[in-house]
Amino acid sequence: MPKRNNVPLAVKIVLYLFLVAVTLIWLVPIFIAIITSMRTNADIMSHGFLAMPKTIDLKSYFEAWQRGGLHKYLPNSFIITMPSLVLTLLLSSLGAYSLARFKFKGRTFFYFLFVGGTMLPFQILLLPVFKLSDALGIYDTYFALIAIHTAFQLGFCTFVLRNYMMTVPVQVMESARIDGCTELGIWGKIMLPLTLPAFAAIATLEFTWIFNDYIWPLVLIRSSEKMPVTTGLATLQGQYVQDWTVIISGALLATIPTLIVFIFLQRYFIAGLTLGSNK
Amino acid sequence: MLNAKTRYKLIPYAFLGIPVTIYFIWIIGPMLYSFYLSFTKWDGLTAPEFIGTKNYQMLFQDEVFYISLFNNLEWIILFMTIPIALGLTLAMVLNRDIPGAKTFKASFFLPMVLSLVVCGLVWSWLYSPHSGLINEVLRRIGLGALATGWLSNPKVVMEAVITVAIWRQVGYVMVLYLAGLQSVDQNLLDAAEVDGASALQRFFNVLMPQLAPVTVIVIVISIIDSLRAFDLVSVMTRGGPYNQSSVLANFMYIEAFNNYRMGYGAAIAVIIFIISLLFIMFYLTRIAREETNA
Repeated sequence: MPKRNNVPLAVKIVLYLFLVAVTLIWLVPIFIAIITSMRTNADIMSHGFLAMPKTIDLKSYFEAWQRGGLHKYLPNSFIITMPSLVLTLLLSSLGAYSLARFKFKGRTFFYFLFVGGTMLPFQILLLPVFKLSDALGIYDTYFALIAIHTAFQLGFCTFVLRNYMMTVPVQVMESARIDGCTELGIWGKIMLPLTLPAFAAIATLEFTWIFNDYIWPLVLIRSSEKMPVTTGLATLQGQYVQDWTVIISGALLATIPTLIVFIFLQRYFIAGLTLGSNK
Repeated sequence: MLNAKTRYKLIPYAFLGIPVTIYFIWIIGPMLYSFYLSFTKWDGLTAPEFIGTKNYQMLFQDEVFYISLFNNLEWIILFMTIPIALGLTLAMVLNRDIPGAKTFKASFFLPMVLSLVVCGLVWSWLYSPHSGLINEVLRRIGLGALATGWLSNPKVVMEAVITVAIWRQVGYVMVLYLAGLQSVDQNLLDAAEVDGASALQRFFNVLMPQLAPVTVIVIVISIIDSLRAFDLVSVMTRGGPYNQSSVLANFMYIEAFNNYRMGYGAAIAVIIFIISLLFIMFYLTRIAREETNA
């Protein structure tokens, strides 16, 4: 083995400190957001942002939550995200099972249809889906968003699950088939449990994606009672122009759910990102 | 009753039935319908009226279209090069067993879980001309002359918005390179070192070729994401001032949903789609190659 530790210690320390500095700079926006949310707007406006805050004040959180409307936007985000997540995972695992385990006409075609769809610019869908939702009478309802999220995310989930399912040994399924298990049974009792790691990974990822989506509620939801937190925040921004403490407090509140996912499921989140790009 | 063989043949289609139907109704159908809409005049209320290629003719004479196209190009270039340089450097550094590697990684991952709306709002505050952090710090350290309205100055607004996108992207690129580094053959690097290859030679001639698959993915993802970039512009500037931060996605949204020129909006969407399609096809052929090799 060649020696790799030929760099002098002093240089190492300097490089390490440089890394620490870069990381801290990277986090500045987040620190600033937290500090801002705990100050009052009057304090910032009169003393400047760099002045030491005299008091800690959490009023703007309450303001954003109540009058700013986050108490309705945030639950709405869950009402939209959870069903979309369950539906897209369920449906894509059906499709993925078929694409991974059977040889049939159109197999490659459907696979590429799903893979290609993951990269589609959604601008091409905005107007027709807006029109479709209107025609189906679901414009300005949660259903409109659940439908488009489910459909749009099918591509990515099918792609990842199909590739994961390809790695499950065929023999496992063959023996189940011989034991008289139905295809639906093999899918549910054998394939799904074996693909749990992939499920965990894409579920965390999809949760953040759907939760953080902004364009679809912008196009499909009009009444503020049904808005998720992303368009809700944009409304809040218009409502509290220049009142940065309330806007930033709202933004931080909106981040809590995805932050929790990130803190507890970081491993899966990262696994999802790499799963999606490995092939 | 179907015989067993036919039934077996139908099974894969049965599994695909529901997902494919939904996919066709909400994705493929609408995609094709946008092409039709782009040849119509439509205000969203009355029926679309066929006008041939008029929308495209107007589009190619629209100054905002060219500004947006140029801004998208700038977005692609910056959004690709800076995150690759930073993300790869970080991945190589953090791939070693240095103290606190986990904390460093988590710090760069963090912006990824914030929605673009949240990122846009937080950075709008940092950019705020009067009491925002950036201008305050510049004034404090005697560089007050550089302080500007970052989002109202046409000269810097686009870069100011792209900076936010980059801030959020670096962690992602780092993750992909970290995964890529796991499959790099350390023996090759060591052998090159024994043979007297310099650090730079090892990097460009041994490491980078092995990381090429990751780099290709990163490039494709960056281009596609740049082309559909919308949220940050919508939250931070709405394309202003004087359309200087307009990108195609935002231009399309404003024409279609604010100005009710939906046929025109569809034409812009088709252009975005066609540009994306080049890269989607490139990506699909790569996957197809891997499939046949596998």
